[in-house]
Amino acid sequence: MSIPRNWRTRQQRYSLKAEVCNTCNKHIFPPRDVCPHCAAEKQSWTNLSGQGEVFSYTTMYNAPAGFEEYAPYTMALVKLAEGPMVTAQLTDVDAQDVKIGMPVEMVTRKLSQEGEEGQILYGYKFRPMLREAA
Amino acid sequence: MRDVVIIGVGQTRVEEHWGKSLRHMAHDAVMAAMKDAGIETADALYVGNMLSGELGGQEHVGALVADFIGLRGIEAMKVEAACASGAAALRVGMFAVASGIHDVVMVCGVEKMTDAVGDEVTSGLATAADQEYEVSQGISFVGLNALLMRRYMHQFDVKHEHFAGFAVNAHKNGANNPNAMFQSPIKAETYLRASMIADPINLMDSSPVCDGAACVILAPADGYRARAKAHILASAVATDSLAIHDRRDPLTLDAVALSSQKAYAQARITPTDVDLFEVHDAFTIMAALSLEAAGFAPRGRGVCMAVDNEIGIEGRLPISTMGGLKSRGHPVGATGVYQIVEVVAQLTGQAGKNQVQGARIGMAQNIGGSGATVITHILGGV
Repeated sequence: MSIPRNWRTRQQRYSLKAEVCNTCNKHIFPPRDVCPHCAAEKQSWTNLSGQGEVFSYTTMYNAPAGFEEYAPYTMALVKLAEGPMVTAQLTDVDAQDVKIGMPVEMVTRKLSQEGEEGQILYGYKFRPMLREAA
Repeated sequence: MRDVVIIGVGQTRVEEHWGKSLRHMAHDAVMAAMKDAGIETADALYVGNMLSGELGGQEHVGALVADFIGLRGIEAMKVEAACASGAAALRVGMFAVASGIHDVVMVCGVEKMTDAVGDEVTSGLATAADQEYEVSQGISFVGLNALLMRRYMHQFDVKHEHFAGFAVNAHKNGANNPNAMFQSPIKAETYLRASMIADPINLMDSSPVCDGAACVILAPADGYRARAKAHILASAVATDSLAIHDRRDPLTLDAVALSSQKAYAQARITPTDVDLFEVHDAFTIMAALSLEAAGFAPRGRGVCMAVDNEIGIEGRLPISTMGGLKSRGHPVGATGVYQIVEVVAQLTGQAGKNQVQGARIGMAQNIGGSGATVITHILGGV
């Protein structure tokens, strides 16, 4: 990922910075210029709790370029508590222990590194929830 | 709008064409189609291709192919819509003929995948997904389909082995197609024992990396009726979010439903009128989800069609009649044109051992990404 592209999306990847639609009140992640639910154009910034549950998962044996050294690793669709769904890696869990419906929470981790001298890309991953939601 | 007919078809065998470059494969397919149509030139050439830039460092393949086939000077351009590039090129060709801008138009789908190594191809295919919010997380295209398949199995209480019939059917049909990449049947046990790529998707759920080119020649019905092999009764495109996580419901391919319904309306038919369906079976899960959204099976029951009396050549709805993406192969940007060539073969009684008896209406559906672009064509026999 280019440095400006990394920089542009940093708030989403570091802290799940999201939007709430001013018209239909639904949460939107990642942020968009137009609400995907009602097509309104005005949104307000919000932060997501980072909590959610596993909607589906898979173990990657054939990794794309840049991720080979991490294979095998587990990817998931995570349904966030506020509604949006994200695609992310699961971490701090063995693949055979992952279940659909498992509560998870967001953590910030290293996603990939572009060679010895390239930038390191950080972002969200999800781990099994350490404590129940308050 | 003028009615559009297909007057010629051509294809190369789908395989690992170590000895041929993209331009040579395109040449072979176009020349075969021109010979079939009995023409020596055309007004325009539209090339469906997805990965020439990403894997070969070569964009601008419209002019490249036009020049290489000896037609320097004609209108030519590349059309891209990920794995639906072939059908997208056909649709652009249709625009040109139906509108009256051109009379005879060539549509060539071509893809060269085997010049690159495995992880480059994996990354190339992933350009069909959302780079910033799917691919940057480490998911591959196979992985995205695995997420869908796992959820499908969970939500509808389906076992992996229930999908075997899609792969078995594809290989059975591919065995009789001299242009298929894989020309040998497989048993259900072969499917169950195949090595895992991204669980639950194994090698036999997945279409292969390969090279190929196919071409069809379009012309207006008026003036070319006597030479027509098939009529284009419908051509419809619909879109959805690139990212699966942004879908209304990840297990419903909304764009398949929309594209199919538009096509049925254009052709003035219902799904029961379709004699054969070239489905986009890039993965077995995509076959199941497509059959559901296109109206051939209820939600969650598409996988139940993976048996011979449903999808076999003599079944209720023959699919992947020349091997589909699984067995004929999936040279991504060329696939949509191969599907059309195969439907034409069925409608003209040229499908050999795989002939669907009395086939009058054939449907081909080409999907870009995990369901973000869906292009449906319905052809009628003459």
